[in-house]
Amino acid sequence: MTEQRSHQHDRDHDHHPEPPSEVEARALALESLLREKGLISGEEIDRIVSAYEHDIGPMIGAAVVARAWVDPEYRQRLLAEPAAAVAELNPGAPNATNLAVVPDTPEVHNLVVCTLCSCYPWAVLGLPPSWYKSAAYRSRAVSEPREVLKEFGLALPESVRVNVWDSSSDLRYMILPERPAGTEGWSEPELAAIVTRDCMIGVALPQVPAAVRS
Amino acid sequence: MIDREVAGSLPRKNGELVFESPWESRAFGMAVVMNEKGAYQWEEFRDRLIERVGRRAQEGTSSSEPPTHYYEDWLSAFESLLVARGMIEPEELAARVKEYQELRRDPVF
Repeated sequence: MTEQRSHQHDRDHDHHPEPPSEVEARALALESLLREKGLISGEEIDRIVSAYEHDIGPMIGAAVVARAWVDPEYRQRLLAEPAAAVAELNPGAPNATNLAVVPDTPEVHNLVVCTLCSCYPWAVLGLPPSWYKSAAYRSRAVSEPREVLKEFGLALPESVRVNVWDSSSDLRYMILPERPAGTEGWSEPELAAIVTRDCMIGVALPQVPAAVRS
Repeated sequence: MIDREVAGSLPRKNGELVFESPWESRAFGMAVVMNEKGAYQWEEFRDRLIERVGRRAQEGTSSSEPPTHYYEDWLSAFESLLVARGMIEPEELAARVKEYQELRRDPVF
């Protein structure tokens, strides 16, 4: 599977003209050792990486939100048993274990963070954006959520309370935003298209395009 | 059933690049696969990750630091867990890292 390289081989067909960085060398070393020991295969890693890069993403969460907007009974199921409700819409998708869905209301806006590392509902939102993992977001979302939301372009009226939900591996939060006005009669795919990843983390609200509003 | 392509066309637009280089995606994939295969509970991995993320924060590179070290912490947590479980020997790991750094071995990704 892995072979010692000759010097000639190095010069002729080098995948890494420069030596790999220390961290890259450690990743290479770990994967090659695990493969040699038969503990993992390259294909298994490919499958996971490809699934999270291409198949699993915020569109799964967006579809769930859109269904909850048009179907009150589904909304109840989603809040009561999130994993089962997600599986109902996406039979083949990974199990959304430990998912908790928090609904916005006219009085309360919800925001998700993981203060300790980066727990995130992968199964419905894909992989977290880089800012979600930053030290700044992890601390400031708790200490000054309104300021953070303003920086994301979301200025909330003082009358709206902001609740911050700290994710863990036991409970991974996703926000169910409110359905915006002006979307009456929209199909589920049309609704899902305005539900962005940021809406489900709580740093944005679903926006109705200006052309549609007028 | 919602057409995934339709539903997904817009939410992807505000997505960001999730992996900045291939080793990050391999580190992510290895940790997820080994957990799926029952090598450890996710909490065990997470505890190690939290410890490293916390240590980095204490080292003074606090709030203005870009999150570029995240997968380094991830890889370090994964590596330490494999060593603790006896699945990888520290000596063989060190030797293998050196081989890669000296370009004596073909990359696996």
